[in-house]
Amino acid sequence: MVSTVLRRVSARAEPLLPIADDELILGWRNSEWTGIAPFLEEDVAFSSIAQNEIGHARAIYQLVAEELGTTADELAFDRKPEDYRCSPFVELRLVPDWAKTIARHCLYEDADQRRIQELIEADDPEVAGLAAKIDREEVYHRMHAQMWFERLEDEPQFQEALEELRPLVDQRGEHLPEFEHLWQEMTEVRRSVAGATW
Amino acid sequence: MIYEVFRQERKGQAFAHAGSVEAPNEEFAEWYAREEFGRRGESVALWVVPREAVHEIDEFVDELGRNYHRVDGYPLKEKLKQARERAGTSADRRS
Repeated sequence: MVSTVLRRVSARAEPLLPIADDELILGWRNSEWTGIAPFLEEDVAFSSIAQNEIGHARAIYQLVAEELGTTADELAFDRKPEDYRCSPFVELRLVPDWAKTIARHCLYEDADQRRIQELIEADDPEVAGLAAKIDREEVYHRMHAQMWFERLEDEPQFQEALEELRPLVDQRGEHLPEFEHLWQEMTEVRRSVAGATW
Repeated sequence: MIYEVFRQERKGQAFAHAGSVEAPNEEFAEWYAREEFGRRGESVALWVVPREAVHEIDEFVDELGRNYHRVDGYPLKEKLKQARERAGTSADRRS
């Protein structure tokens, strides 16, 4: 079982799992904008960023899965809610508040950049290599976040959103109540059909 | 603002119109163009141009019907046949 495996989380997985979980859950949250983003071009762009984040989660899960004697799918979908290590910051359901969504996007990309940079400098060449690869995509996410920041920085609604969310960036710990519903939805297929793949 | 996007499929090829994107400024337009016309490896380069920068011309005056200015106004087939007959190298005689 995955949960027992996670109790002896490897040295490699220890710092990587929270990152992968953050990317998976944020990707999930951002994808909730698909079809309802403020305008068509942004819908495509933001959905694509969400997809990238989930792709990064997948790559990291794959890297640690072998060591943990499991698979990327099992890590992503077969754990109990309490075994996910994502931060409450990415769990927040922000639809339909675009200002807050962009505020989180900006704050997250900023924090994520520092975290990825540390991984790029890691001694483990596989980790460093993957981090460098992920960062090449993140460059475009940061550009996107920066463009939106410049566009909204004078809006009081956006400034309030930044103030409200900033203290949550580095918070870890208890899941938010709304994580339960996300988990239910995200794991529904695998819970109905064990080992389902696409 | 509407931006027209042109894409080049392979190096050295002519750019062809790919579509348009709506964006608040040039930076967003480039980002959206990359996302919609370049992300899947379908282009090696893009031109992103504000629609106002494109000058459309759709009037081509030809009052005197000088059809020899046009590619379809100068059929070569008949002239070539006559020339071959004069030179005695027509397809009939060679066969």
